[in-house]
Amino acid sequence: MLGYIIKRSLLLIPVFFAASVVVFLLIHMVPGDPVDNLLRVGAPPEQRQIITERYGLDKPLVIQYAIWMNGVLHGDLGNAIIMRRPVADLLAEALPHSIALGASAFLFYAIVGITLGVIAALWRDRWPDRTIMTGVLFGSTLPSFWLGLLLMLIFSVWLGWLPVSGARGWKSLVLPVLTIGLGGTALVTRITRVAMVEVQRKDFVLLLHAKGIHPLKIQLLRVLHHALIPVVTILALRIGFVLGGAITVEVVFARPGIGTLLIRGIMQHDYPVVQASLLMLAMAVILGTFLGDVLQALMDPRARASLS
Amino acid sequence: MMRRLTPLRNAFRTPTGMLAGGWLLLVITVAVFAHLLTPYDYDIQDLAHAKMPPDAAHWMGTDEFGRDLMTRIFYGARTSMTVSTVSIGLSLLCGLTLGAAAAYFGGWFDRVVTTAVDLTWSFPEILIALLLVAIIGPGTMGTMVAISVAYLAQFTRLTRAQILSLKSETFVEAARSLGASHGHLLFGHLIPNALTPVLVAAMLATGDAIILEATLGFFGLGAQPPTPSWGAMMSSGAAQLFTAPWIILLPGLVLTITVIAINLFGDALIEALDIRAKLRDA
Repeated sequence: MLGYIIKRSLLLIPVFFAASVVVFLLIHMVPGDPVDNLLRVGAPPEQRQIITERYGLDKPLVIQYAIWMNGVLHGDLGNAIIMRRPVADLLAEALPHSIALGASAFLFYAIVGITLGVIAALWRDRWPDRTIMTGVLFGSTLPSFWLGLLLMLIFSVWLGWLPVSGARGWKSLVLPVLTIGLGGTALVTRITRVAMVEVQRKDFVLLLHAKGIHPLKIQLLRVLHHALIPVVTILALRIGFVLGGAITVEVVFARPGIGTLLIRGIMQHDYPVVQASLLMLAMAVILGTFLGDVLQALMDPRARASLS
Repeated sequence: MMRRLTPLRNAFRTPTGMLAGGWLLLVITVAVFAHLLTPYDYDIQDLAHAKMPPDAAHWMGTDEFGRDLMTRIFYGARTSMTVSTVSIGLSLLCGLTLGAAAAYFGGWFDRVVTTAVDLTWSFPEILIALLLVAIIGPGTMGTMVAISVAYLAQFTRLTRAQILSLKSETFVEAARSLGASHGHLLFGHLIPNALTPVLVAAMLATGDAIILEATLGFFGLGAQPPTPSWGAMMSSGAAQLFTAPWIILLPGLVLTITVIAINLFGDALIEALDIRAKLRDA
């Protein structure tokens, strides 16, 4: 197992490298001179000199990348042009909000998705199954920003139960989590249901029934245990999509997270902010996938063999 | 030609297929003939009639600038349909070429394409789209390129899988032994046979592309004013949530029904063509 984790971690290096190169090149791919792109409009000429030296913009690309990466690894992400603050500070402020939202939405995903999937599998082809499957399918087709606005309209404007927007206290987290969660449970529910149904047909389950063990005990302890392997994989792969959903939902509910920061950066052409937020989100996706693979290897010895 | 259209007709014959297909035809008609279907202009403000609830003169009410909401939804359909079909079409074309070439020629080219696809595969489409919009800049053009690139991995992967499984079929072997050129094998035999599942996947992706376009529009990064887009309408409507909720409700409803219709019709088409297994393989 340790060998697997080491090998899998080594695979992180090229992926992280590729992502960082793309993010680094962003400043060179946008139209215009990179020096101008890193300056406020109307900045004094001596500023150009400072920026050019700071990022080594007169040196070859490889050296520039090395300077930039060295900064990133030391927590120096440059200065925001419009927001006029170190990007690292902006990220540090936004990160807790995004983590709180992402983690809660993910928990919601996992718990609600698996529970619904198990219920659907236990009452397969009967009304609870049909209701759940239709419901989650509908939820997954709703565009998340519209779902968010709908929930806001119902629970904040009409019922007045929850705050419309912002990030104060747990109450402001309820609607954003619901918005991401409702949209994504469909896949988790479907996979859980299919996996349960598949395991239910296995010989060992028949044997357990023959032994006279209570059916519910078989379902919840044995069948679910085996069925969880694909579910965990899917859940881990969904980490990226939770983050993607979080970007939208943060903007809808005006939460000060990484997503809002990224969109603001793009709107204001504040490229250091854009680079840092993109890098942060990409890293989160990469680590999520890594975590999923490791978890899967822990649960399923066959997955461990795939890397050796 | 008639035989080729049979699955399409069969998809229309099922009740859900008929409803979904009917709605899609309606949206397309509205998008094409928007200028003939309404007496109002989409960008002329009439502040005296701002935020009017739906009535006889304005069937869907007016927005915060007094513009007829139904007119704006019609023109928004035009933006949405154009952007999503053009970008998915572009993505499909590139994906087909890349995927087919990778599977057919193999070797280092295949390895480069597969690695690139695998690298982008795990990232959510919205993140890739935002990267592209950051580079190109907000607007219709940026949105189209962003959406094309976001779905490129999907089409490349699917095409590659189809071509790989076709490559060893007897009819391809026969054509090869008769001395067919690479071009003839690829464009005459492999791609036509791989096309159906890829086209259906493209149709389903158009639904996602509509959502992505609306999301970018909602962020203010899509088609710029005065061009109406469903996403931008909803983001300006969000400020009127307390006083004029129809400004976000109605465009969102039309958008949602359209996306559901695409999914349902795609599903009916998959059944009619009997290609569910092929789509799952990739």
